[in-house]
Amino acid sequence: MKNRVISLFEKKNKNILSVFYTAGFPTLNATQEIAQALQEGSVDMIELGIPFSDPVADGPTIQASNKIALDNGMTVALLLEQLKEIRKTVSVPILLMGYLNPVLQYGIERFVKDAAAAGADGFILPDLPLDEYLDSWQSLVEQHGLVTTFLISPTTSEERIRKVDGATKGFIYAVSSSSTTGTRSGFDEEQIAYFQRLKTLNLSNPYLIGFGVSNRETYQTVCEYAHGAIIGSAFIKLLQSSANHQQDIQTFISQLK
Amino acid sequence: MKYQVNEKGFYGQFGGAYIPEMLYPNIEELRLQYLQIIHEPSFQTEFDQLLKDYVGRPTPLFFAKRLSEKYKAKIYLKREDLCHTGAHKINNTIGQILVAKKLGKQKIIAETGAGQHGVATATVCALMGMECIVYMGQLDIERQRPNVERMRILGAKVVPATSGNMTLKDATNEAMRHWINHPTDTHYIIGSVVGPHPYPDMVARFQSVISEEIKSQLIHELGNPFPDYVIACVGGGSNAAGAFYHFLNDEHVNLVAVEAAGKGVDSGESAATTALGKVGILHGSKSLLMQTPDGQVIEPYSISAGLDYPGIGPLHAHLFETGRVQFLSATDDEAMNAGIELSRMEGIIPAIESAHAVAALSQLSLIEDDVVVINLSGRGDKDLETYIRWGKY
Repeated sequence: MKNRVISLFEKKNKNILSVFYTAGFPTLNATQEIAQALQEGSVDMIELGIPFSDPVADGPTIQASNKIALDNGMTVALLLEQLKEIRKTVSVPILLMGYLNPVLQYGIERFVKDAAAAGADGFILPDLPLDEYLDSWQSLVEQHGLVTTFLISPTTSEERIRKVDGATKGFIYAVSSSSTTGTRSGFDEEQIAYFQRLKTLNLSNPYLIGFGVSNRETYQTVCEYAHGAIIGSAFIKLLQSSANHQQDIQTFISQLK
Repeated sequence: MKYQVNEKGFYGQFGGAYIPEMLYPNIEELRLQYLQIIHEPSFQTEFDQLLKDYVGRPTPLFFAKRLSEKYKAKIYLKREDLCHTGAHKINNTIGQILVAKKLGKQKIIAETGAGQHGVATATVCALMGMECIVYMGQLDIERQRPNVERMRILGAKVVPATSGNMTLKDATNEAMRHWINHPTDTHYIIGSVVGPHPYPDMVARFQSVISEEIKSQLIHELGNPFPDYVIACVGGGSNAAGAFYHFLNDEHVNLVAVEAAGKGVDSGESAATTALGKVGILHGSKSLLMQTPDGQVIEPYSISAGLDYPGIGPLHAHLFETGRVQFLSATDDEAMNAGIELSRMEGIIPAIESAHAVAALSQLSLIEDDVVVINLSGRGDKDLETYIRWGKY
């Protein structure tokens, strides 16, 4: 079967909406119903977070969701089980996103193989060094028909962006500012200038902008410059306060688009 | 070169720079420049001068006569406890703040556990007139009040870390998050031989003055630079890295690292990483790490806030794996007893961290006239509360 991320970008090249949430949050088995609701709300892609005890790149909102998910008993193995169930009804692309250590303990080869079997389309592992990926992950990942997404930030040099572009099959995750997740709202001139600069680079891969996308206004701004947007903390906040996920997720997404 | 970091930032399988992209430019800037900066003659001159006039180096190598009689060996204490601010930590903060200045940074952040590294950072920031923010676990703030106030008197802002167990690991997470959010004007002074490359190597180099001095002091004292044993405690491992550094290639010198066993290695309340840890990644490097089978970091425990860390520096993981360093552990009780013993026999109240190193004496099979150097990394003033609460003296 063709990789769903690749297929998505072949069909659609603007206004792509990708939503991140932490597996096992707010309750252990909420993972599935949230994925289902996201598909029904016609999001284009799902980033399923693997919780970790020490998420250094995350702000308070996602940190808290990690802790709750772990307290609920979420593990890598359980997440992959849930993903299998999700795949019975959900066909949007799903990437697994998380810190390297839980993956390392599960075993790199085993993780890639089991993730592919469970129906994942790829990975976002922010603390996996690019060179290590090229040396010991890339062929394994590609052999299983998966893609890996790397992050770039406003302080990433053009040379490095080109290197990331060369290593990517799928899309690039452009972080809107030098920050942890969920710490900013709205974009300043410097960020807009960065978005403009990205556009002129003519990268071979599409890119989505994340960090600081929290509402209709920021979503639309980002979509002017990129192929789409990634929403994380704002969605986790919604889940925190929502009593009816199904309904509130529909409303949240319809208000964005 | 067997024990030196390689060009990719690894010691054997340990080390590297496992960092999110937002930190990449900072780490890369440091990696490309740190060796060049610290080899500049102007840097060396200023560093040496400050170590001498401000820190009070060289610290004495003291022959502990009564302790030697008891353990039937020649026991020397490397008196890092006599450094300005009360511990070896300042060797590194002096070095790093000079690097930060050369890099053109205006602000400094740091993490601290017991508060010794925080105080040493606040001190050099005051000295250099730089803004200083220190992250400290809320729990540590409560149990190390005097050090918190020392930092504030020195003009630093102390920010509580309220995530996790609210100790050193969490303070480090918060400092890294701050750095991600302030990448251009800020330098992060990491306090131990942990973190992404080049930190472990840079910090080890700044602390290596300890073993450099031990060697020349032993030549003066005994006519040769080689002791039979060098003993140091290990949390992250900066004082041990400094005490071992110039002996690493002298394979006939036994190097002994002492970890905190807490209430016992298998009690569930311990910080003995080499006994309990597996290969893992935390705070930007691959090392040995106390963790669950699912890769979640286990909260460590030790009576000593400075050893209360779930990992060790990648250099130490390599030294453990290659067998170059012998790793022992001391429980809370063993360390406290050793602290009291040193106080009673030599008139030196050690930091509880350093008391763990002293506790190794009774675990080694010393033979007559073995020359033993214990790195007495800090003084016990900050630990009075803990000594009083322990009470058995």
